[in-house]
Amino acid sequence: MLSFIAKRLLSGILLLVVVTSGTFFLAYLAVGDPTPGLLGNSATPAQQAALRTKIGYDQPLLVQFWNWFSNAATGDFGTSWRNFQPVNDQMALRVPVTLSVVVVATVLSAVIGVAVGIACGLRPGGMLDRGLKLASVVLFALPGFWVSLVLVMWFAIELRWFPAIGYVSPDQSVGGWLRSITLPSVSLALGAIVMVGEQLRNGFLQVANQDFVRTLRARGLSGRRVTMHVLRNASPAALTVLALLFVGLLGGAIVVEIVFNLPGIGSLTQSASQIGDIPVLLGLTAVTVVFVVIVNFLLDLVLGWVNPKVRER
Amino acid sequence: MTAAPFPATLAPVKRISLWRRYLRRPLGVVALGVLMVVVAAAVLAPWLSPFDPNLVDFKLTHATPGDGHPLGGDSAGRDILSRLLYGARTTLFGAVITCVAGLLLGVPAGVAAGYFGGVTDRVCSWISDALQSVPGMIVLLVVAAGTGQDFAVLMVALGIFLAPGYYRITRARALAVRREPYIDAARVAGVTNPRILRTHMLRAVYAPIVVQTALTAGIAIGMQAGLQFLGIGSASTPSWGQMMNDGFKNMLTYPLILLWPSIALGVTIAALAFIGSTLADLISVRTEQPARRARLRVRQALAGPAPAPGDLPDRVSSGTHEHQAADCALRIENLRVGYATPTGVKEVVRGVSLDAAPGEVLGIVGESGSGKTQTIFTVLDLLPSGGTAVADGIWVDGREVGRLPSAERATLLGRSIGYVPQEPMSNLDPCYTVERQLVEPLRHVHGLSKTAARARAREVLVRVGITDPDRVLASYPHQISGGMAQRVLIAGAVAGRPSLLVADEPTTALDVTVQAEVLELLRELQQEYGMALVIVTHNFGVVADICDRVVVMKDGRIVETGPVERIFRHPEDPYTAELISASLDDTEGRHELDEAWDRDPRLDADLDRSAAHVGGEDDAR
Amino acid sequence: MNAPEDTAPLLAVEDLVVDYRLHRKLRLRALKGVSITVGRGECVGLVGESGSGKSTLGKAVLGLAAVTSGRISFDGEDITHARGAARRRLANDIQVVFQDPYGSLDPTMTVGEVLAEPLLVAGTKRAQAGAVVAEMLDRVRLPTDAVHRYPSEFSGGQRQRIAIARALVRRPRLIVCDEPVSALDLTTQATILDLFIDLQRETGVAYLFVSHDLGVVRRICHRVSVMYQGEIVESGPTRTVAHEPTHPYTRRLLLAAPVADPVRQAERRATWLGLRDSA
Repeated sequence: MLSFIAKRLLSGILLLVVVTSGTFFLAYLAVGDPTPGLLGNSATPAQQAALRTKIGYDQPLLVQFWNWFSNAATGDFGTSWRNFQPVNDQMALRVPVTLSVVVVATVLSAVIGVAVGIACGLRPGGMLDRGLKLASVVLFALPGFWVSLVLVMWFAIELRWFPAIGYVSPDQSVGGWLRSITLPSVSLALGAIVMVGEQLRNGFLQVANQDFVRTLRARGLSGRRVTMHVLRNASPAALTVLALLFVGLLGGAIVVEIVFNLPGIGSLTQSASQIGDIPVLLGLTAVTVVFVVIVNFLLDLVLGWVNPKVRER
Repeated sequence: MTAAPFPATLAPVKRISLWRRYLRRPLGVVALGVLMVVVAAAVLAPWLSPFDPNLVDFKLTHATPGDGHPLGGDSAGRDILSRLLYGARTTLFGAVITCVAGLLLGVPAGVAAGYFGGVTDRVCSWISDALQSVPGMIVLLVVAAGTGQDFAVLMVALGIFLAPGYYRITRARALAVRREPYIDAARVAGVTNPRILRTHMLRAVYAPIVVQTALTAGIAIGMQAGLQFLGIGSASTPSWGQMMNDGFKNMLTYPLILLWPSIALGVTIAALAFIGSTLADLISVRTEQPARRARLRVRQALAGPAPAPGDLPDRVSSGTHEHQAADCALRIENLRVGYATPTGVKEVVRGVSLDAAPGEVLGIVGESGSGKTQTIFTVLDLLPSGGTAVADGIWVDGREVGRLPSAERATLLGRSIGYVPQEPMSNLDPCYTVERQLVEPLRHVHGLSKTAARARAREVLVRVGITDPDRVLASYPHQISGGMAQRVLIAGAVAGRPSLLVADEPTTALDVTVQAEVLELLRELQQEYGMALVIVTHNFGVVADICDRVVVMKDGRIVETGPVERIFRHPEDPYTAELISASLDDTEGRHELDEAWDRDPRLDADLDRSAAHVGGEDDAR
Repeated sequence: MNAPEDTAPLLAVEDLVVDYRLHRKLRLRALKGVSITVGRGECVGLVGESGSGKSTLGKAVLGLAAVTSGRISFDGEDITHARGAARRRLANDIQVVFQDPYGSLDPTMTVGEVLAEPLLVAGTKRAQAGAVVAEMLDRVRLPTDAVHRYPSEFSGGQRQRIAIARALVRRPRLIVCDEPVSALDLTTQATILDLFIDLQRETGVAYLFVSHDLGVVRRICHRVSVMYQGEIVESGPTRTVAHEPTHPYTRRLLLAAPVADPVRQAERRATWLGLRDSA
């Protein structure tokens, strides 16, 4: 078990290194000289050259990479090329906002998705099951920001139940915080709920048709106990989907935050992308991948606990 | 020897193409129609659009629909309908680029990883996992930051992020096909790897890829709109995402501007999603349990009114009873089992009566499709989904149970009836230890305490001949051998001291030496506990070994019932005789056959038998 | 026709060792130095239980399992490590029939495509291939109009006939049969075995016949080797091995298979119990 954990951890770190380095080179390749974008078209070549020196862009690419990478390894992502604020400070303000929305959305989709999945798995072909199927078809593909636009129109503008835009920090008011992230989280979670539900339902039915379920029944076990056996066997697929969703929701959050005008990483990414502020983009990439690695690691632990065969690999 | 008459079972099967079957789904047809309209609008946009999409007319700013502008004007004074039509062009163009990129990357990698396995598989899978762990939106914005906002490059990048979807589905399919013997057969036949990949593999992955493409196109359009919404893309090229951004900014005052592109986007994505789901349904039929109405229909058909006289032999009960109902451990009277199929009710057991007394071993023997296993499942009241049983009576321990509600039937299981399945490995829950699986019923069905249940489980394991019960108790199913697993299952079946043990081909999946051990064990337990044992088998050797009486089944009916000695000595039905003689025990070996053939090839009486039997090749086991 | 024993063997396997990798470190020795020969037109049986290595030997001959050491020669030529083009040339001479009648035919191909594939990859013209396919269908007693149908339209026994026809189209000299009848009903089993015998007499093909069932092997094989845990424990003419086994494992194996006669089976069981308890 210990070597299993070590292996997973190592694989996560490797992923982090590869993705951040990959993004580094991709960004440099894609952006090219960032100074026109940062200074605007009216800047003189001398101003541009001065900025290049200031941000170290005149150094060889590999030297820049090493500088960035060695600092990033200690947790320092440098300063923004636009306002020369430390990237860490900006992210410290914004990441909690995004994370609140994404974590709440993940929890919502997990809890509701599992409940819906079990209910449908127990009565396949029933009303709820058919409803789930219809919802899964539509909501699976519809982008979160489209759903959020609809939700804003309805709940915030028509019914005025929730604030249409803005963010309230939990330090100020927990109730206000909840209200401010409810609509963004729900609009992100809707698609995720049906995906988790669908996945669990299909896994549930697949397991329910296996031989050992008949044998368990033949031993006289109650329906509830047999269901627990089926659930445990069906859970890996649903858990995997949940971990994948977390990544998808992080991406989706960027657009949803713009709709709800939340001060998360969304608007930061957007503005950094428009002017080519590479340190900010790299910092954001690194932080999100760290979260993804953590979630995948937790997933591996849970899968190992659920399925004894995984542990031995 | 002449060619045998061709079996009549080969009735021409009409193969209906996927396309034709798709057209029978109304929802799918509507979705396809909607998509066609969108495609047509995109292609014909230059001719359909009433205005230049970029023509600014200040009078038109925030205009309401009407006056030659059916959808009104946007915040810059441009005609919304024209922009919507040209936007469809952008949208579909982007979706095609994305899908092609994802397809070209994901499918070859998936096929190669699944087929070659090993390092190829590990490298490709790692890359795919890594891609899925990257927050694509951020990297896409990085790409957008520098590429001069080149739309096509951005869409290719999006395709790269969607490639893992193709990769995973292709790899899983290729992996499954790789294990099929037909790939090995092709290799042995001298087919080169590229050709195997091109023909067999591609054919196998084709259908799921079509489904995946419909879904990927939907996601791609959504993400594309998201990017455009964030301001990515050239301002002079109209796009739906851009229009939504424009509408979003004026949402409170001019909601209509947001409404039009939202509808276009939602309808297009929903159409693609419904096309994908319809195709998925056609390719892999979901394991839907038939609605209660269908079950009722089967029940009515089975119990239905008196059959026409011509049907009589198929409608009256077959088989006889040997004992009084009250003395029986098991008695079944006129059992019918049917399954709902699209063409009506398929009857797999057609009126079967049998019984077994305590201490008696009854064999139910027949070939595949004879209904023997279905009969057993009816005794357990555990028919596979879609199956319905109707009987004049089912008695267990001398008590009529056939009309009890299913919850009460279930209380017999584990107490009065024990069950030994066929495949030992697939009948243990892979997620739990052997101990947990043996102890759980003892505690929750028989009400033993935890320590008592564990002691009893250990005791039964010793009884079934396991010499190191503590190691086996702590093991997971994949850690023990097939023979051991079957002993564990037998231990589980007899742990509750049932009066009736039903065993469904309990030795078929086992090696012949293990089979002998398991039969010996079943015999000992049956005698020790005085149980009635009902054993289903296709092997007359097993019948001769363990049974007192035997029931021979064919096509859902009993052709003959009787004591074992009599059945073997004087089989009354020719089918029984044929089954007994099909076992190769006393037939000539190859040396005798060759000697006979050397004497006179034409008088090869024994071999001629085969010609007459080709029609009897109904099924594999 | 009796097995010609005077000529040089068609297939000779000498001291073959095959390892399977279970983990990165753990290896399982599936074959521990096995030697057999198959003569022209002869049927040699390999009998044993699961895990005895009998199927591995068949796979090694077909080039589907990597050989650790030892030598396989076909018609005097060393084919132990034949790969790529050399292995594909062997397709002219060595073919296979697998156990699973459902998995051994590509469900997306018509029977005609399945049967023509080995010919087309060998460069046969399409029209000529069609004629050969029709002839082989006739040989396995299936009607020629089967070429337009898909495997799913056939029963298990009929599919096995198609698989046999595919093995025959290149007119090989050796067919490796890996449990070709063990997934079939008993009555079907008997007819397919008889078909194998007929085809051997008609075409002179040799069989390496892998099976767990001594009854099947006795019916079709001239000689048999009994395998146990990766080794051959006993070899000889089938008649001798089946009636006067010398190795205790062979005796146990023979006695363990129940016969379809209650009286004789009771005697056999008593003997088996004695053998088991004394062991």
